[in-house]
Amino acid sequence: MALLEVKNLSISFGGLRAVSAFDVTIEKGQLYGLIGPNGAGKTTVFNLLTGVYKPDEGIIRLDGEDITRKKSIEINKAGIARTFQNIRLFKELSVLDNVKSGLHNHYRYSTLSGILRLPSYFKVEKQMNEKAMEILKVFDLDGEADFKASNLPYGKQRKLEIARALATEPKLLLLDEPAAGMNPNETAELMETIKFVRDQFQMTILLIEHDMKLVSGICEELTVLNFGEILSQGETKTVLNDPKVVAAYLGE
Amino acid sequence: MKRMQKTTRSNFITYGIVIVGAVLLQSLDSAGKLSSLFSGLLVPLCTYMILAVSLNLVVGILGELSLGHAGFMCVGAFASAFFSKVTQGTMPDGLRFFLALLIGAAVAGLFGILIGIPVLRLRGDYLAIVTLAFGEIIKNVVNVFFIGRDVNGFHVSMKDAISLNMDAASGEIIVNGPQGINGMPRDSTFLVGAVLLLVVLIIVLNLTNSRSGRAIMSIRDDRIAAESIGINITKYKLMAFAISAAMAGAAGVLYSHNLATLAATSKNFGYNMSITILVFVVLGGIGSIRGSMIAAFVLTLLPELLRSISDYRMLIYAVILIAVMIFNWSRGGRTIKELTSVKLRGIARKKPRGKEAR
Amino acid sequence: MSFLSYLINGISLGSVYAIIALGYTMVYGIARMLNFAHGDIIMVGGYAAFFAMVNGGLPPILSVLIAMAVCTVLGLVIERIAYKPLRMAPSLAVLITAIGVSYFLQNLALLLFGANTKTFQSVVTLPALSLAGGKLQISATTIVTVAACIVIVAALSLFINKTRIGQAMLAVSEDRGAAQLMGINVNSTIATTFAIGSALAAVAGVLLCSAYPSLNPYTGSMPGIKAFTAAVFGGIGSIPGAMVGGLLLGVIEILGRAYVSSQLSDAIVFAVLIVILLVKPTGIFGHKIQEKV
Repeated sequence: MALLEVKNLSISFGGLRAVSAFDVTIEKGQLYGLIGPNGAGKTTVFNLLTGVYKPDEGIIRLDGEDITRKKSIEINKAGIARTFQNIRLFKELSVLDNVKSGLHNHYRYSTLSGILRLPSYFKVEKQMNEKAMEILKVFDLDGEADFKASNLPYGKQRKLEIARALATEPKLLLLDEPAAGMNPNETAELMETIKFVRDQFQMTILLIEHDMKLVSGICEELTVLNFGEILSQGETKTVLNDPKVVAAYLGE
Repeated sequence: MKRMQKTTRSNFITYGIVIVGAVLLQSLDSAGKLSSLFSGLLVPLCTYMILAVSLNLVVGILGELSLGHAGFMCVGAFASAFFSKVTQGTMPDGLRFFLALLIGAAVAGLFGILIGIPVLRLRGDYLAIVTLAFGEIIKNVVNVFFIGRDVNGFHVSMKDAISLNMDAASGEIIVNGPQGINGMPRDSTFLVGAVLLLVVLIIVLNLTNSRSGRAIMSIRDDRIAAESIGINITKYKLMAFAISAAMAGAAGVLYSHNLATLAATSKNFGYNMSITILVFVVLGGIGSIRGSMIAAFVLTLLPELLRSISDYRMLIYAVILIAVMIFNWSRGGRTIKELTSVKLRGIARKKPRGKEAR
Repeated sequence: MSFLSYLINGISLGSVYAIIALGYTMVYGIARMLNFAHGDIIMVGGYAAFFAMVNGGLPPILSVLIAMAVCTVLGLVIERIAYKPLRMAPSLAVLITAIGVSYFLQNLALLLFGANTKTFQSVVTLPALSLAGGKLQISATTIVTVAACIVIVAALSLFINKTRIGQAMLAVSEDRGAAQLMGINVNSTIATTFAIGSALAAVAGVLLCSAYPSLNPYTGSMPGIKAFTAAVFGGIGSIPGAMVGGLLLGVIEILGRAYVSSQLSDAIVFAVLIVILLVKPTGIFGHKIQEKV
């Protein structure tokens, strides 16, 4: 069974069809790319998948479970985590605390034991610290664990966002332009990290990206969106050579 | 871990300041070294510090603007005062006051939940005006209640004391409308106030450094991201709001048991009081618990210290308020601040190394 | 008949709230700040007119104009000294500054004019209108108040929609950064808004004191808060909203005082506000803003 199954997903904003009849099937462990020109509706698809917007039509199934029109928080609990195009970190919190926030639903103790500093507080906090440091190490951020998140350089903020999303132990990870604003070296490094994450955590990843090198380098399959509609879909090589895609990107 | 040690140390410094300050003031007071004015201010100082710390949980930690904090103080004050008045003489004073504190905090916390459920859906200035509205409603509604007790039990009226229809011989008015509650047991002492302040500080600081506190702060920093990682926004907003309300209620208990007569006026429970508390929080540094505590202390004392120039004191207070805000936030003020801090650091560096760097 | 006269009183009080709310709503729309000191400018307007009439022996119309001039200057000075340096500061910092200005004005008035309540003489000296054979009396002050409100709303709508400065105000309230890039002088636009808002506050102050003739340093405080409530009622930033909100609030307050309880009339007003905001979180005429993700 496919991990993510989307059928006929559509949404309009005040008469404008932002996404229409969007279908996609993503298998477990796949690295899948969603590309398209600016304003094609890519981020809108992410917002629909994560419950920020409710679709007008269509069905979203994650691992067989219908998650259409569920709230963001329920969708995250069902197993989708994401990053944002315009980085949304918890700016005033430390790097470590950002990741620990992501662990929120997997490591629990009551508010009261937190206030009274009962043994469970110390025990669980210790586990959380260890787990968070483990995740930070993957992204080479363990040295900056005590930094305020907003003090990290741009590229590391993007990585921290991925780390925080991973901390929620998702089945599917959505990355919205993870390489935006990175230089070629950072992008190359990020590609390795994404592949590593997929292999290490057996993660399924759907990403939006403009950097074609990254897309052709790591994505196994692609969907191209244009004006809210699917222009082309399939294996990366085939899609990128599709004349319609070339035309959309280079302009008629 | 290093980070843990740092916040823990900072928290213990805060507790230390309170303990040392309390011991110092208490011994000065016992030795009769404090003026009667200052001595009379000790309990109000604790009240204001608790209010400031509790409001900071909403404004600084949760990041929502509330202008109705005095309303929760009012609820705590009246609920506990009613209890104390009714049970006067039936149990030891200490036990009664302890129960009064619990009741005041619990009832105010309950109001926090009841008001929070509808209100916390709103954001920013809309939330501010609605909390202000709730605060005013509480103050007004408290003023129309008349409650009396006689051999037949309790009587309630919203008109006047005569409508209570009480038995003439045994009837006793407990809550007398705008005149409030008369003949309060004056249980509040500075020591109780200081201990309560310490408890409130421990609650807020420990909460902030726990799983729930992280959730609350993540909502403050980015609501949408917090939702995306599965944090229940409503639950944690409500939690912060209710805990804050309960602590304001406890402050209300302290306040009401320091008076002979408790009445709700626009001065003690109106929006002006909520604003006064907000000023403490903002001047002390939004989110800085220790800062709001110190700001409440200094700004409560300041007008009293300026009493010799009584006509001008509130004017000076206003000017200081405006000047501090402009100095803190205008471009010119910030530049001056940066320059001086660079200079100060330069001086510190030139100094020969002492035993301990500050 | 008594219901009708309550209703008329409500509309009259509501007109005053509407005029104050207009100032609030314009300042909020353009400067994005809650000007807590707005209510105290009403009080200053009241005092200015009072002294012009009683001590200066000037005719009412001239006194009103003097009050407007005083408040306009005051509004401009406050904006320049206290608010302009904080244009980039967080809104909470600006709010606290406005509270500081409010304290300042109240205590300055206390110092200069004393705490004693002064009895204000209505600026309208015409006889009351008698209808239905004397059963329904409408005071001239009421008529002038309502008329003033209508004229002000009409003039303000024309001003904003038809003049360059008005268009600049709209642009700044829509997007300050973009307006600046289009060559609009944002600072002077904001200053103009404060000037207009303060002049309106002066008019409101005179009308308020004419209807409720007690003037003291705290006179403007509660009407200020209520007018802000009215602005939120109608959808803050919206001119028709401020008018509708003000009228609604005045009517609810007077009817509540007459039929429910005089002590609870404020509570009723605030309760209606809460209900409206819970049903329509951005007020009657407010726009819903979708956060971009």
